[in-house]
Amino acid sequence: ALPERTNLAGVQHILLVLSGKGGVGKSTLSTELALALRSAGKRVGILDVDLCGPSIPRMLRVQDSAVHQCDSGWVPVFVGQDKAISLMSIGFLLERPDDAVVWRGPKKNALIKQFITDVAWGDLDFLIVDTPPGTSDEHISTVEALRPYKLLGAILVTTPQ
Amino acid sequence: SLSVAECPGTGSAQAGRAAACQGCPNQGLCAAGAAGPDPAEAAELRARLRAVRHTVLVLSGKGGVGKSTFSALLAHGLAADEAKQVALLDIDICGPSIPKMMGLEGEQVHQSGSGWSPVYVEENLGVMSVGFLLSSPDDAVIWRGPKKNGLIKQFLRDVDWGEVDYLIVDTPPGTSDEHLSIVQYLSATHIDGAVIVTTPQEVSLQDVRKEINFCHKVKLPIIGVVENMSGFVCPKCKNESQIFPPTTGGAEKMCQNLNVSLLGKVPLDPQIGKSCDRGQSFLSEAPESPATLSYRNIIQRIQEYCEQHHFQEEKIM
Repeated sequence: ALPERTNLAGVQHILLVLSGKGGVGKSTLSTELALALRSAGKRVGILDVDLCGPSIPRMLRVQDSAVHQCDSGWVPVFVGQDKAISLMSIGFLLERPDDAVVWRGPKKNALIKQFITDVAWGDLDFLIVDTPPGTSDEHISTVEALRPYKLLGAILVTTPQ
Repeated sequence: SLSVAECPGTGSAQAGRAAACQGCPNQGLCAAGAAGPDPAEAAELRARLRAVRHTVLVLSGKGGVGKSTFSALLAHGLAADEAKQVALLDIDICGPSIPKMMGLEGEQVHQSGSGWSPVYVEENLGVMSVGFLLSSPDDAVIWRGPKKNGLIKQFLRDVDWGEVDYLIVDTPPGTSDEHLSIVQYLSATHIDGAVIVTTPQEVSLQDVRKEINFCHKVKLPIIGVVENMSGFVCPKCKNESQIFPPTTGGAEKMCQNLNVSLLGKVPLDPQIGKSCDRGQSFLSEAPESPATLSYRNIIQRIQEYCEQHHFQEEKIM
């Protein structure tokens, strides 16, 4: 039998945006990078794996959107008229925007794996993965789940102090 | 559309049994009660923390808003009274900032018969952080939740804090393992409450609202909210500008809406970052700064809150 085409098979380049430190502008950079790539005519996806503090939906003004399912998995939220940016974030799965996601590592890991394998990204030039601060569950799980795919690399963000 | 159900908490009666538990890798453990609080452990923690009079958690939800800065200055501020014994516990395992901010980089933890010794900045101000356990400050602590929880438990159980008037706990951003664990372990003693730190922008406030909900969920009283980076004071002309404009009303509006106390607003002062980098107390380095005045007022309000609320045995989780 033919191997199933994975949901990441159509993604040309995968980029991680990391820091270690919080509040240095990872989500801001991820958003601006996506917008800049879109202006350059690229199809871009953003995967927001910050489960406790998902900032990207608001930054792209899609915080009131909902996620739907299709045959291949979850359909990401499309941003703007041209739909050239697609986004997946736990922000779309909350019943209320102020709901705290109070999860321990194992449950976070399970959702991150789902985000990586079950989102039907389709054909993308770039997938930008925005991460929370730290070097813990989210980071380990993301890198492990992305291991079968060739990562372009990581961008590290900091401030001067 | 899909919705995300919430983990009921590994210590709750619903652990492993709630609808949200279906499919969680931990479900078997929780349902078997194996993840619940161990009475022997709880007794051990209670004994160790018996001599701690007041405990304050410094939380945010958002990273980089000034939790560690605030924790350090709160510790310095309270320790200015030499009659008070202050302890500062840094449970940010991945990004421990406290050693550098307190001028204690390179210090190591020593063991004695009575446990691990905190590292003392002053005779009445002791500090503990994973930073003191690393062989090099650039070593990454790449640990999953359970290992982080284990170290936090050790910090509470094995550190010989002695008699402490104020235990201040600095936390990493988020609402995850570290936060659940510290609340669970400290249920062996009494937490006076949480101080929640934010900056004026909506991107911060949206995470902070979640943190406030976390506190409600785990029945952690909220002492109040501190708004950092609330305006910038030019060191030359002393005029103030809004570097992080409060586009949705800032912490003030959020506190009104959520009925929590706004402890104060602290302006951005470049000296704050410099003092942190150099491990000096900003309050001592810049006693005339408007930021120092704000910090001191906030610290006083926290002290008053703690002293007014009598100690009560309360099961937090």
